[in-house]
Amino acid sequence: MKMKDTGVKRKIRNDIILVLCLLLIAVIGLAYLYLFRDKGDTVKVTVDGNQIGIYSLNENMTKDIITGEKGENLNRLIIKDGKAYMETATCPDGICVNHNPIFRDGESIVCLPNGVVVTIIKNDDDLDVVIYAYG
Amino acid sequence: MKNKSITIAFLGVCTALAMILSYIEVILPPLFPAVPGIKMGLANIIIVFLLYRRGPLLAGAVSLVRILLVALLFGNTMSLMYSLAGGVLSFIVMILLRRLKFLSTVGVSVAGGVFHNVGQILAAMVLLDTNQLAYYLVMLIITGTVSGIFIGLCGATLVKRVPQKF
Repeated sequence: MKMKDTGVKRKIRNDIILVLCLLLIAVIGLAYLYLFRDKGDTVKVTVDGNQIGIYSLNENMTKDIITGEKGENLNRLIIKDGKAYMETATCPDGICVNHNPIFRDGESIVCLPNGVVVTIIKNDDDLDVVIYAYG
Repeated sequence: MKNKSITIAFLGVCTALAMILSYIEVILPPLFPAVPGIKMGLANIIIVFLLYRRGPLLAGAVSLVRILLVALLFGNTMSLMYSLAGGVLSFIVMILLRRLKFLSTVGVSVAGGVFHNVGQILAAMVLLDTNQLAYYLVMLIITGTVSGIFIGLCGATLVKRVPQKF
């Protein structure tokens, strides 16, 4: 009986170690994502892995992203006041619409049903020309 | 002591329970409105219970049937891929950790919850060809841990309380 008790205690101790490790990983990840990331300046839109557009985060605009075999799916992307968000979407879960506006480098809004990924990137390299596609 | 008919009926009940728990999760309001797509994984209560009571084979069978039927009833092929990736990875991790015997039910369930999320994110990364989802993973590790603790406690209680004849 005593043996069993120490076994259970050891397992519970291991459980707690596991949980603490996971939370530590998460905290480090969050710190990295929120503290050490700069504000981005460019919005990249991809559909099923193919890039369909690059827009500036500093110019307000509305972009309808049409997807699906017959063009039946719509995601309306809004860029306003330096932040990007999905205003409406035809996807069933609405996860992308509920997502907070994104503006930090590397942040993204993903609409799994429609295969749309909107990502914030930072163009701080010495670029000769930046071309923005409007549509 | 455990005859075949009882096992078959029992697994049927477990599958139905797991499915209804999945459905409840779909209609419940989101847990964290700030981070959409977070789910408790209530169906995993049944899987954890079965894993400890009846072993990996039957638990795996119920898990697979649940995933397929839920996708058929409430989802689509895409959601099936994500559930399958999450379900299979989480199940493999839980079997291994249960074998190693250094974690209690709660610890195994926590690892299962976290790896369910990891599996879904990996599937999404492959299907959408993007690495941007790593951002999302951080939040999912936290929620997977918290819900894993809850699921593990529920599962352990079931293992203790449900009559041994099942």
